[in-house]
Amino acid sequence: MTDSKNLGKGSSITRREALAGGAIVLGAIATKPLSAAPTTSHSTVPKTVLDPLIERPGQLGTPRSRRDGPLKVKGGARYAAEHHLKDMTYAALVFSTIARGSISEIDSRDAETSPGVVLVMTHLNAPRMGAPEPFLATPTGASGSSHPVMQDAEVFWNGQPIAVVLAETQEQADRAARLIQITYQAKTSVTRFSEAKQLETVATFGGEKLQTVRGDADAALEAAPVKIDVSFSSPRHNHNQIEPHAVTVAWQGKTLRMYDCNQGLSLTAATIAKVFGIEPAQVHVSAEFVGGSFGGKTLWQYHIVAAAAAKLSGRPVRMNVTREGVFRMCGGRAPTEQRVALGADKDGRLKALIHTGFTPKIQQNAMTEPFIEATQRLYSSETARIEVRAAHMDMLSNTFMRAPGSAVGTYALETAMDELAEKLTIDPIELRLRNEPDVDPTNGKRFSQRGLVQAYQMGAERFGWIPRKGQRLGRREGEWLVGTGVASAYYPHYHFPGGAARVTITADGKLLVELAAHEQGVGAATTTAIIAAKRFGIDFEDVEVRYGDSLLPGSHPAGGSQQTASIGATILAANTAMIAELAKIAPQGTPWAGLSSTGLTTVRAGIALTERPSVHIGYKELLARAGLQAITIEADAATPTAAETWSMHSYGAVFCEARVNADTRELRVSRVTGVYDCGKILNAKTAASQFRGGIIMSLGLAMMEETQFDERTGRIINASMAEYHMPVHLDVPLIDVAWTDIPDPHAPTGARGVGEISMNGASAALANAVYDATGKRVRDLPITLDKLMV
Amino acid sequence: MELFTYERAHNPEAAVIAGAPSRAKFLGGGTNLVDLMREGIERPSALVDVTGLSQTIVETAEGGLLIGAAASNAAVAEHRLVRNRYPALSRAILAGASAQIRNMATVGGNILQRTRCRYFYDVNGARCNKRDPGQGCDAIGGFNRYHAVLGTSSHCIATHPSDMCIPLVAFDAIVHLAANGGSRSIKLAELHRDPGDTPQIETALDPGELITAIELPPLALARRSAYRKVRDRASYAFALISVAAALHVDDNRVTDVRLALGGVAHKPWRALIAERALVGQPATYDTFLAAARAELRAAQTQRDNAFKPELAARTIAAVLRTLAEEQA
Repeated sequence: MTDSKNLGKGSSITRREALAGGAIVLGAIATKPLSAAPTTSHSTVPKTVLDPLIERPGQLGTPRSRRDGPLKVKGGARYAAEHHLKDMTYAALVFSTIARGSISEIDSRDAETSPGVVLVMTHLNAPRMGAPEPFLATPTGASGSSHPVMQDAEVFWNGQPIAVVLAETQEQADRAARLIQITYQAKTSVTRFSEAKQLETVATFGGEKLQTVRGDADAALEAAPVKIDVSFSSPRHNHNQIEPHAVTVAWQGKTLRMYDCNQGLSLTAATIAKVFGIEPAQVHVSAEFVGGSFGGKTLWQYHIVAAAAAKLSGRPVRMNVTREGVFRMCGGRAPTEQRVALGADKDGRLKALIHTGFTPKIQQNAMTEPFIEATQRLYSSETARIEVRAAHMDMLSNTFMRAPGSAVGTYALETAMDELAEKLTIDPIELRLRNEPDVDPTNGKRFSQRGLVQAYQMGAERFGWIPRKGQRLGRREGEWLVGTGVASAYYPHYHFPGGAARVTITADGKLLVELAAHEQGVGAATTTAIIAAKRFGIDFEDVEVRYGDSLLPGSHPAGGSQQTASIGATILAANTAMIAELAKIAPQGTPWAGLSSTGLTTVRAGIALTERPSVHIGYKELLARAGLQAITIEADAATPTAAETWSMHSYGAVFCEARVNADTRELRVSRVTGVYDCGKILNAKTAASQFRGGIIMSLGLAMMEETQFDERTGRIINASMAEYHMPVHLDVPLIDVAWTDIPDPHAPTGARGVGEISMNGASAALANAVYDATGKRVRDLPITLDKLMV
Repeated sequence: MELFTYERAHNPEAAVIAGAPSRAKFLGGGTNLVDLMREGIERPSALVDVTGLSQTIVETAEGGLLIGAAASNAAVAEHRLVRNRYPALSRAILAGASAQIRNMATVGGNILQRTRCRYFYDVNGARCNKRDPGQGCDAIGGFNRYHAVLGTSSHCIATHPSDMCIPLVAFDAIVHLAANGGSRSIKLAELHRDPGDTPQIETALDPGELITAIELPPLALARRSAYRKVRDRASYAFALISVAAALHVDDNRVTDVRLALGGVAHKPWRALIAERALVGQPATYDTFLAAARAELRAAQTQRDNAFKPELAARTIAAVLRTLAEEQA
C-alpha cells in the first residue's frame, strides 16, 4: 500500500478483530470470477504514489544468504519433533482401513499391557472436543477438514486416525499400535472418480463460484474458423515436505503449548482454542523452523489427537508422524479432468475460450482445486466459459498444495495454446502476444503491473527460442529425440489482512522486529530483515527478526505466496508509527519535533526531514537525548485494498528442452529457462531458489508425481517416498531463472509473491517440448514413458 | 517392531547355529530387513548379524571371482576385477538404490531382499498372499505398473527388485550356502522361485541356510557386457525393465550371448529363449528384436503394465545393438 490515506492504525483491521471474525481473512483475493463485463471508466482510480523504496535504485534486490543457513547446516535448528519436554511420551497412530463406515469394536487389551504404554486413546475415551473449523470456511479456520476427531465411531476416509498410543519410547508406542484390533461396519462409499462425477455441482473457492461466463462461448467456438477441443487429466498428489508433520505438545497450567511445524500460527491457535473450548491466548504455538510447507503444514487431526492425549494422560506428547501417516492424514491435491476448447480467427485472436472440468473434494472442507484461475487472466477472448464442477468423495481431505489449481490448470491451458498455435501456423509466443489483454479479461480492472510480454521477450533471448510456424523443430541427437517448448506461467497476488508487528529501536541504534511470521525454509526471516533495514534506513546486520510464535503480533499466513507482501505492508505501517513516536521524543525546538509522519523519513539510521534529508538525527542520539533505553511501537498493517481497484497477478514465461529416448521413451529434461514477472524482487538469492524449486516441482508434476489411490478401497497405495516419485538430483537439469523486476506500484515494497508461480508453466513447457521431440501430445499426467511408446 | 535378540556372528559355523531357530533371521546391512521389521512384516525373534563374515573378493583358481556374502554392494561395484571382467555387474549395482544404501547393503542381503509391491507392504490395508498366504492379491486389479509379466500366477504378480542379481544370473553365478548340517552350492538361477500357489516361499533355501559367497565362473564374454535400467526417474527408482547382456559377434553373426531381465518376474529372469534364438543369427537390430519378442511371447500383462513386453523387447534390442556396434 502506498496511498497515504490508507496508512496507520485508524483504517486497519486488528488481529483481534480478525480473529473475532470481524474481517474476512481472504477478503483481498483478487479473483472475482462473477464480475461484470469490462468497465471503461477509471475515474475513481486512486492516485498512485510510488513507494520511495522502489524509487531508490539498489535499495532492494541485493542477493543475501539465509541468516539461518549456518545453523541448519550444523544441525542446530530445532524442528517440531526435536523439542524435548520433561516426562514426555511418544505417540503412534492407528489409521482406518475402510473408506466409510463405523468402528464396531476396538480390542486394545494387548496394546494397553504392552511394555511402556502410558495411554491408548480412541473415541471411547477421548475428551469431548468441538469440530475444527476448516481453512476458508470461517475467518480463522486453519483445519484441513471439519471432521470431529475421535468423538464417535464414524469413519470418513481410508486412513483416518482412529486410535493413538502413548508410550515411554517411540518404539514401544509403534509396537503397541500394531496390537490394536479394529472391527468395522462398512457403509456404502464413493471412492470412484466416475461415480463421483454423477454428483457434480458448480464449485466454490473462498466463497466465490469458480465460474466465468462471458458471451456465448459455445456458439463462438462453433463459428470459429480455427479451433481445438481437447481433454486433460491430472492425478492426485500428496504433500511430501522433507520434514514430515510433527508436533510436541504439553498442557502447562491452563495453557496449551505446542511446538509445531506450521504455516498459519495465529489461525492454528484460534482453531485449536475453539476445539478445546479455551481462549486463543491460552494456546501458544511456535514454529521457529519448518522443513517445507507448500500448503500442507496447516492444522490436521494429529495436532488435536496429540493435545487431547496429552490432556488425558497428563503428560507431554511428541507426535512424530510417519511418512505413511502424512499420506494417510494430511491432505493432498485432488485429481482433475479438464476440457480446453479454443476458437480463434485466422490471425489467432481468440473468439472462444472454454476451460471446464471436474475435480472431487470432501464434504468437510471449503476447498476446491481452482484449476481455472490462470484462464481467467492470461488471455483476452471475445467469449469465455470457464467453470469448475466438483462433487464429494469419501477420501483423504483434498487441500492446498503447491500453487493450488493453477499448477494443473496452466498445464491444460498452455498445452492447448500450443496445439492452437500449431494449427494456426503461428509461433506459440506470437499467439500469446496477439491475445495479450488491455485490461483484466474477467473483471475489466486495469492491470496494476503486467509484464508477460517482457517475460517472453527476455526468456526467448536467454533460451534461444527458435520461432516456428506449425512445424516441429525437434531433432535427433544420438539415441535422444530432442525438442523445445514454451508456456506461460501465472499466479494470483494475494494479500491477506491481519498483518501486525512490534518494532523496537534500542539505545545502541539497532532494530528489533517481532511478528508472527513463518520460516518454512525459504528465507522469509532474512527477507523481513532486508525490508526492515531498508525501510528504517539501518544496516541489515543491525536488524534482528523474531518470528514463528503465536504470541507475537499479527497474522501472516505463509500461504498463497503472500507472506512477504503481508510483512512488507506491516513494516511500512510500523515505520509510520515509529516515525510518529520519534517525532514525539525529539527535543522541543529541534527541526523534527512534533512533525507528522509525512514530514519525516527514516534514512541513515535516523530520521530526517522529507523535504530536506540533510536535516538528520540518528536514532542513537534521539534516544540518548530522550534518556530512553529503547522505544517500541506496535502497528497493524493497513487493510489491503489495492486489489479492489487493480488487477494484480503475476506472470511468467517458461522454456524447456526435453529429451526422449528413442528406444525406451524415457523422458529427461536438459534445459529450462523461466522468466517471472512478480513485481520487485526483494532478495535475488532466495527468490532465485524459490523459482528453481518451483520449476523442479513443476517438472515432477509433469513427469512422475502421482498418488496411487485404489478406487476399490479408497486407500492410497504408494504411501512412501520410494514409490511416490518426485525428481531426484539426476532429474534436475540446468535451470536458468530471471525476472522482469518491474515494481508493482500498488503492492507493498513493489513486490508480489514469488513462492508458487514457478510451479506453473514448466509442466506445459515440458509437454510442449515432448511434442516437439516426438510428435506425441500427452494430455494425461504424468508423462510416463508408456504414454510415449504407443 | 517386535522384541528380538541380537548377536554378531564371527564365523559361518557360529552363524548357522545361532540362525537355526525358526524365527531367527540373518542380518546383513539391514537396508531391507529392518524396514520390513518396522512395517511389521518381518517379526524375527533373533537377529544374527553376519556382516562380520567374509567380505573378500578374490580370484578363483579357474579365473572366476569369489565374492564374500558380507561384501558391500559398493565394494563389489568398485572392485577392479569386477569392473574389468564383469562390467555389467558393476553397472547394475550402481544403478540401484543410493550411495548410502549401497555402502550398507551386502551381497547376501541384496539377493534375499523382498519385493517392493506396495500391497505386500500395506500390512493392515491390503491383501497379500505372500504376506498372509490364502488372503488374496490386491495387486491384481490394482496398481501394478511395476509388477511382473513373466512367470506370474493368479496368486502373486510381484517382482524381485534387485539390479545386482540380473547380471549375476546372466553370468551363471553360483551361490555358496552353509547350514548346520553342512554346506552346498546351487546356481543363483535356481535360488529364486516363480510364485506359483506358494508365493510366500521365495527361494530354494532351506530354513536356517546362510549365503556365504557368490561365485562368478570365468566368462570371457562378460568383459563386453552391459546393463540398462529403464525407470520413471533418472535415479533412485526400481526398474520398470532392466536388461543385463553380454554378446560376442563374429563375422556379423552372434556366436555367444547372455541375457537376463529385471523388473519382469518374481525372480531374476534369464532369457534363455532369446539366447537360443540368437546364436548363429545375423547381428542385426531386427534379429535382436525378434528374439526379444520371442522371449516375451509368454508375457501376461495387468491393468498398468501392458507396455512392459514391448518395452522389454525394445530395450533388449537396443542393448544388443550397442554391444554389437562396439564390436563392429
